[in-house]
Amino acid sequence: MNLKTVLRRAALGLVTAVSATLAMVAMAASQGIDLKGKTVEWVIPFSETGGSAKWANFYAPLLSEALPGNPTVVVKFMPGAGSTKGANWFQGQSYEDGTLIFGSSGSTQFPYLLGDPRVRYEYNDWNVVLASGTGGVAYLPPELAGMMNGLDASGLKGTDFIYGSQGATRLDLVPLLAWEMLGLSVEPVFGIKGRGDGRLMFERGEANIDYQTSSSYLKGVTPLVEAGTAVPMMSWGALDASGNIVRDPTFPDMPTFKELCDATPGCETSGEKWDAWKAFFVAGFPAQKMVFLPAGAPDAAIATYMEAFEAVKARPDFAEISMGRLGVYPQMTGDEATGALASATQVPDSAKEFVVDWLLERYGVSL
Amino acid sequence: MDILSVALPALGSAAGLILQPVVLGYLVLGVVMGLCVGVFPGLGGIAGLSLLLPFMFGMDPVLGLALMIGMVAVVPTSDTFASVLMGIPGSSASQATVLDGFPMAKKGEAARALSAAFASSLFGGLVGAAFLTLFILVARPIVLEFRTPELLMITVFGLSMVGILAGRVALKGIVAAGLGMMVGTIGEGDSSGELRMASYDLPYLVDGLKLVIVGLGIFAIPEIVALLRQDRAISERSVLGGGWMRGVRDWLANAWLSVRCSIIGVVVGVIPGLGGSVVDWIAYGHTVQTTKDKSRFGSGEVRGVIGPESSNNAKEGGGLVPTLLFGIPGSGSMAIFIGAIALLGSGNIEVGPSMLKNNLDITYAIVWLLALANVVGTLICIGASGGIARLTTIPFSLLAPFLFMIIAFAAFQSGQDLMDLVALFVIGFLGIMMRRFDWSRPAFLIGFVLSNPAETYANQAVQIAQSRFRKGFAEGIDYIFSPIVIVLIIITLISVVVGLRQAKTIMAEGAVKSGRKMAPMIFLLAVLAYLVVSFVDASLIPDYAAADRVFPRFVSGVAIAGALILLVQMIVRPESHALFADRDAGGDREDVHGLWPTLAWFAGLLILTALLGFIIALALFLFAFIHHRAGRPAGFAAAYTGAGIVFMCFMAWLLNRDFPPGLLQSFVDLPWPLT
Repeated sequence: MNLKTVLRRAALGLVTAVSATLAMVAMAASQGIDLKGKTVEWVIPFSETGGSAKWANFYAPLLSEALPGNPTVVVKFMPGAGSTKGANWFQGQSYEDGTLIFGSSGSTQFPYLLGDPRVRYEYNDWNVVLASGTGGVAYLPPELAGMMNGLDASGLKGTDFIYGSQGATRLDLVPLLAWEMLGLSVEPVFGIKGRGDGRLMFERGEANIDYQTSSSYLKGVTPLVEAGTAVPMMSWGALDASGNIVRDPTFPDMPTFKELCDATPGCETSGEKWDAWKAFFVAGFPAQKMVFLPAGAPDAAIATYMEAFEAVKARPDFAEISMGRLGVYPQMTGDEATGALASATQVPDSAKEFVVDWLLERYGVSL
Repeated sequence: MDILSVALPALGSAAGLILQPVVLGYLVLGVVMGLCVGVFPGLGGIAGLSLLLPFMFGMDPVLGLALMIGMVAVVPTSDTFASVLMGIPGSSASQATVLDGFPMAKKGEAARALSAAFASSLFGGLVGAAFLTLFILVARPIVLEFRTPELLMITVFGLSMVGILAGRVALKGIVAAGLGMMVGTIGEGDSSGELRMASYDLPYLVDGLKLVIVGLGIFAIPEIVALLRQDRAISERSVLGGGWMRGVRDWLANAWLSVRCSIIGVVVGVIPGLGGSVVDWIAYGHTVQTTKDKSRFGSGEVRGVIGPESSNNAKEGGGLVPTLLFGIPGSGSMAIFIGAIALLGSGNIEVGPSMLKNNLDITYAIVWLLALANVVGTLICIGASGGIARLTTIPFSLLAPFLFMIIAFAAFQSGQDLMDLVALFVIGFLGIMMRRFDWSRPAFLIGFVLSNPAETYANQAVQIAQSRFRKGFAEGIDYIFSPIVIVLIIITLISVVVGLRQAKTIMAEGAVKSGRKMAPMIFLLAVLAYLVVSFVDASLIPDYAAADRVFPRFVSGVAIAGALILLVQMIVRPESHALFADRDAGGDREDVHGLWPTLAWFAGLLILTALLGFIIALALFLFAFIHHRAGRPAGFAAAYTGAGIVFMCFMAWLLNRDFPPGLLQSFVDLPWPLT
């Protein structure tokens, strides 16, 4: 691992420091990672209809322009078993000529962290070249939001909450645990097909609490907030450079869960429960979607992809075109991406144990 | 009128957007591409849109929309070819068209059925667009009235159509529907993720079976095998009776039915989360109930084509409401459509609640592009229908391998797993047996399609209602028995009573003679055994996951009771009773070939695929079949094989799809398409 990192850095240094001509010569001599005339397959372990599809479809044409030789980049969908099928498949692939990349999501990370029996993939074998973050916002109907005393959520303790959920072991674990920590009694109604259905349930008045990831919040809930039928409760926040939870840059005026928890009696921002929540929040949101090269990819290939994604990020219009689709979140490459991968896939054993016990006790899910 | 003052200027500017030669050109391009992709059952819209996605980025919004809508709109139209000509339900939108469309093709009236279907599609699309133009402005609060209990009731209403399609022995239809629902529950439960009739050692089943596979297996495979055994062309007559003009006249004579079914289509399509899967059954049920002479349904009644086809294009329009107003896709292709809209232009069109406020002109442009695409698509299809109908006069042994190639490829795309082909074969065998013993296959399919919504909505409604009842009895009752629910209950009850009374006269699949006791009884016992096993399997689900247990246990319990009564009846009744319907009975069999040799061909294709991969297996299969079974010279067979392989590779390359690999591929690295 150490040696690999050193090599990777060396290659990166080489590529960035040496002039373009030299780099091309070096690459042509080593791996021939010029992708001219080739087709890059970007495998997404979800169906054509989900958030990962939108994310990959956004990046694919940009990546095609940025990669040396301008290969065609096609997004391939391999849905099944909540993404474990595609990830297991990718685990079986080895590096050939740099024309295969894989896009994972929080739903790929959580089963891995929780030791789902179907998981046969190992993140440490793969090579991350991009990590995209996101955030999330919880919101309430106005009459319930009015029962909060500033940041103190104790006023909501007596209410029966209904929440349309995709499953307790999915990303929904983060909001469910957060609400429980605030002392809310939230009953998840399972069987929702996507977070959009959850929002619809909220709009129909059947659910009275909900959360959406940032981009869906901006698109779907902001109009409700403007119309006065929904009030934001809190964001999950974002991570600063030293790993602290701070306000989400996309929603600077919105308090974070941490702030609410601090202000609500009975909710602790330290200890086992908090650590577990934070660990899974970090795994699920700040590095939610990642792009990988398969096991055994040479450093030249990793560097090529990393450079390409950096070039995409450096486009003058990137902020503008990514705003609506990705939100204002870090699109991490290089060491940042490696760091994000580490924090997203290495949850302390204590946090994992806590969540496994909590899922069993609260929802009867045995893992 | 406030609405008009908002709508008219927006309509005007929408017309300005659409009515430009270049926009119309893109629309036609989209329609033509959609027709080409539409030959793949169950793949059409999604595959086509995915194909277009790479070009959407930064494209002029109106041009991009024209291209995409052209493609989406034509899928329920082009599906009709497969439904009518080959008895293949191309998508959930054309399930019911098969029931009368295919028998018409067999009678040599393919062109008539097609043109009646297309005329209805066109009309449905236009009615849908006209309705939406006004409705979309007031749709939001109405759609929000459809809460979980209402959605559950619509699902139940859809299920009640089983009553009409149950066949001569109503109980058999009910057991068939129960079996379909049980097959629909296979896999991970939606509530707690418990496995039903599946195991983590067999990951394929965990996700459950896909509609494409079940639809193809239950309808297409039995028809193809039956035709192959008879070894003749689809059409019983060599001369095609009834040209395309006749179909248009048929539609004209039933225009009022077409209006009603179009309205059904839009209204049901508007409701998010359901639309597509029930709408054509409801339309078919309505058609049957409002027809005086019901005896011809199932054996080629043109009204049975007009009803569902009027509704399924109207449904696409209705499906735009949840898609555009709520950002919630009504179908797989709509989901990609939403994703693609975000890529258009500078990405300033936001699908969702703000759509009406900020982009009313774009919204209208989408609605009317859809209508226009219907017109273009229909005109092309009607023009082509006379020629394409001639396919039904080709000896079937030449057509069948080609159909199997397309079906196998389409089935493989649903899960990209060799198991897809195994599942297709197994379900196909079930379909063959159901057809032979006159068990209602439509009832099975309705059960399968509505199994998941019925279970999910039932669980959710119970859970939410419990929470309401905790707050107060009145609040709980208000939630469950809203006015819409009460109306739906009344409609359902009427439909069940009327349906059961009429079911005996409706031979959804034609008349079948009775045979001896033995074979039908063995099949019944096999069905019973599966139901009992799945009942036990569901009962083993532990208490904490009770939500995943209740539904399969209830459904299999009812189906088991039904099957037991049938068993008693079978023991008591004489052999001549309709219970013992058996197509393979009697002396005047038309079959030239036996069932098992015919099936063995396809089992052979399956086994070869598992060993050598799809393309090599297909090449061997096509050659051997044409040469030996169809009795053509080796040169002809080689040319046929070559053409088939080239076609397959071209389509796969165009759609960027892979083929199933076999054992060989795990040892040797072969270049595409052999991978």
